[in-house]
Amino acid sequence: MSIGHTLLGLLESGPRHGYDLKRAFDERFGHDRPLHYGQVYSTMSRLLRNGLVEVDGVEAGGGPERKRYAITEAGITDVERWLSQPEKPEPYLQSTLYTKVVLALLTGRGAAELLDVQRAEHLRLMRELTRRKKDGDLADQLICDHALFHLEADLRWLELTAARLDRLAEEIRR
Amino acid sequence: MTTAPLLLASGIDKAYGPTPALVGADFALRAGEVVAVMGPSGSGKSTLLHCLAGIVRPDAGTITYDGRELTSLPDAARSALRRSDFGFVFQFGQLVPELTCVENVALPLRLNGERRRSAELKAEEWLTRLEVEDVGGKRPGEISGGQGQRVAVARALVTAPRVIFADEPTGALDSLNGERVMQLLTDASRDTGAAVVLVTHEARVAAYSDREVVVRDGSVRSSEWAV
Repeated sequence: MSIGHTLLGLLESGPRHGYDLKRAFDERFGHDRPLHYGQVYSTMSRLLRNGLVEVDGVEAGGGPERKRYAITEAGITDVERWLSQPEKPEPYLQSTLYTKVVLALLTGRGAAELLDVQRAEHLRLMRELTRRKKDGDLADQLICDHALFHLEADLRWLELTAARLDRLAEEIRR
Repeated sequence: MTTAPLLLASGIDKAYGPTPALVGADFALRAGEVVAVMGPSGSGKSTLLHCLAGIVRPDAGTITYDGRELTSLPDAARSALRRSDFGFVFQFGQLVPELTCVENVALPLRLNGERRRSAELKAEEWLTRLEVEDVGGKRPGEISGGQGQRVAVARALVTAPRVIFADEPTGALDSLNGERVMQLLTDASRDTGAAVVLVTHEARVAAYSDREVVVRDGSVRSSEWAV
């Protein structure tokens, strides 16, 4: 995820302090990976250097960082460009799972067992996400669904590979 | 885990003509747990469910339910057990088209001898719980697939069964409806303490279970207890 663009996007609704930005980010996007303060301040320094934000005011007192940041016109253009560009789909062509299956077959280890263990692990995580979805709000449900659909795709691949294991073993040993 | 299984199958064989469907299948179900039975099409998972529920008699092996040997019970006794202790949800065609939804849900109670008024009151309560109270007076042909499955779940739960057998219960539903049905089914079974045997080929459906077993080529690949 581009933290810079996300923080810029959050600034579009109005100027904020670094601490407010971190809190807004964590609330919306950082459920599983909250930002470190260091990340926020280093990102804001970079955005400031590049003219995408400006210091809107400095408050005296308390904490170490009391700057309030505002997005600039260049920053708004940058967010707009980022949102309008499609993300490059992950090609998934270098799969660790595939490598493990082939190596298991090449070395005479149990590839079917490997697939079973992986299926159980995927399903364990899917259960966890399904439980989390139940108690979550719509945003949390959508985040979990995104992960669940990817895990489901992996599981379908595991099933397909399990069904073709004998043929794959033959081809590899040829 | 030391809890004795409520339902235990050992060494189940079942063939349809020359085709083996189950080969030495083992399965165990504890009271109140939700177990997904997964596997590719034709792997034997539905046959396993039918054997466990006493619908199909296996060629070999034993199935014990709550200390009773299911495989040696006469047909009438197995039918009575199915009516009193088991509930069923299938993918298609399980509601009686001539009856209203309330009458459909009340049907298992009526078959067990309960009076109409009391049976229909319970049916209405379950329809409300499954969020389809507004279709009570309609016939199955007049409601959507998602509503029909909720009515079917209500009918499976109305007798307070100890085990619910669900065979691809969301197979004919879109993703959102399927998930809602699974949520309602598992919430209701956990509230009432009913165990669920859930046959599915969909991982997202299986994710509502406590653990899964995989049937492949007629044998159960993983039947360990949940941790």
